[in-house]
Amino acid sequence: MKNKLFDYIERDNVIYNLSGLTKLICFIFLTFSVMFSYDIRVILGVMIFSIVIFKASELQFSQIRLMVFYVILFLSMNFLLTYLFSPQYGVEIYGTAHELFRINSRYTVTQEQLLYQVTKILKYASVVPLGMIFLLTTNPSEFAASINRIGLSYKGAYAFSLTLRYFPDMIRNYHDIALAQQSRGLDLSKKEKITVRVKNIMNICVPLIFSTLDRIELISNAMDLRGFGKKKKRTWYAAKSLGKPDAAAMVISGLIFAVSLGVTFFVNHSRFWNPFI
Amino acid sequence: MKKLFEFKTKTIVATGLGAALFMLMFMYIKIPTGIPETEIQTAYGVGAFFAALFGPIAGGLIAFIGHALADSLQYGSVWWSWVVASGVTCFGIGLIYPKLRVEEGEFSMKDMIIYNVWQVICNAFAWILVAPILDIVVYSEPTNLVFTQGAVATVWNSIAAGVIGTLLLMIYAKTRSKKGSLMKED
Repeated sequence: MKNKLFDYIERDNVIYNLSGLTKLICFIFLTFSVMFSYDIRVILGVMIFSIVIFKASELQFSQIRLMVFYVILFLSMNFLLTYLFSPQYGVEIYGTAHELFRINSRYTVTQEQLLYQVTKILKYASVVPLGMIFLLTTNPSEFAASINRIGLSYKGAYAFSLTLRYFPDMIRNYHDIALAQQSRGLDLSKKEKITVRVKNIMNICVPLIFSTLDRIELISNAMDLRGFGKKKKRTWYAAKSLGKPDAAAMVISGLIFAVSLGVTFFVNHSRFWNPFI
Repeated sequence: MKKLFEFKTKTIVATGLGAALFMLMFMYIKIPTGIPETEIQTAYGVGAFFAALFGPIAGGLIAFIGHALADSLQYGSVWWSWVVASGVTCFGIGLIYPKLRVEEGEFSMKDMIIYNVWQVICNAFAWILVAPILDIVVYSEPTNLVFTQGAVATVWNSIAAGVIGTLLLMIYAKTRSKKGSLMKED
């Protein structure tokens, strides 16, 4: 139960030195440019771009190995389910059917279906490096500052920063309670029947939840006593000021977004790129 | 009188810590159902519990932030349509918060029935309507796949919110002293 989100290691390179606000805005631009486009060329472009950025950020593969594993698992599941449920969805979208081979009358493999499903997989895979860069190169204390600065209420932003602050504590608490309960004879291993195991897990969660409720009381009193929330605005200790590289990064990602929209509206006249007509 | 959309310090802190708890349970504490990728998410029980205690704003944000962070932590990217649906579920459940008086130690049979009927309605709305429609609009997923997924999610999430949420509310009500439980001595 190791969490990798917060092993933030300070480094000195272009990506790390961008402000959290810039990274958030770029992240939103780039994810939106692949979210609405079903053009494999645009998606591949963004994907290559994000891999280049990933290299530039000097992140190690070992930091993201577990994530990559989950992503592959999830994507292959989705690939399979999509085919099982709608083997002819590609034909429906592109309007033509170029059959490659046939399993039975319902499950034929067409070029259209393959293009649709490969595009979809790339669509998800291409934003993964971006998310990881955003998460792993931004100082957690800066997250809240950056979401407040794109215009969200600082109270909401503060709630978000509390989440990041207390998540590691929560994991430690869970661990402590689990160990304490196991030393009293609660079996969580596979030897126990599933129903008993569920009950035993609940015996860990209940103390965890109730100690959290106590903590909420404590923290909110402390914050109230220090006058939290009395004013309309607040400043952030961790906020970085914006420089030239920030402007450049925002312009580049803005341009990519514009290109993606342009391709959708003026080149393809739809969200799908249709090479079959 | 409890205000429905109040956002006081306690709500903020409850949102923050609740989301951390939601995230933890969402990632690690799942009950396998035998079908891969469709575990029962105990997190929805906790989300519903917090929604009933702290209201719709806290509930909605807890599920939204918790689910989004858990997704990005595990998969590196966020499946927005489902994250929004999570938020909608707990926001909806939070709407009954002015009706409940759990923090005064009261959770009667009637409250329990109201809570459970309402949470099933909210789950059905979010997972049969919001999530599949967003899936189709945002991601162009095939229709029959997303509605099947939605129906399955409704069942499991209602069970999570029903069983775990009800149990937590009952236990919580017992730990609170009832209003008017102290009497003046003659």
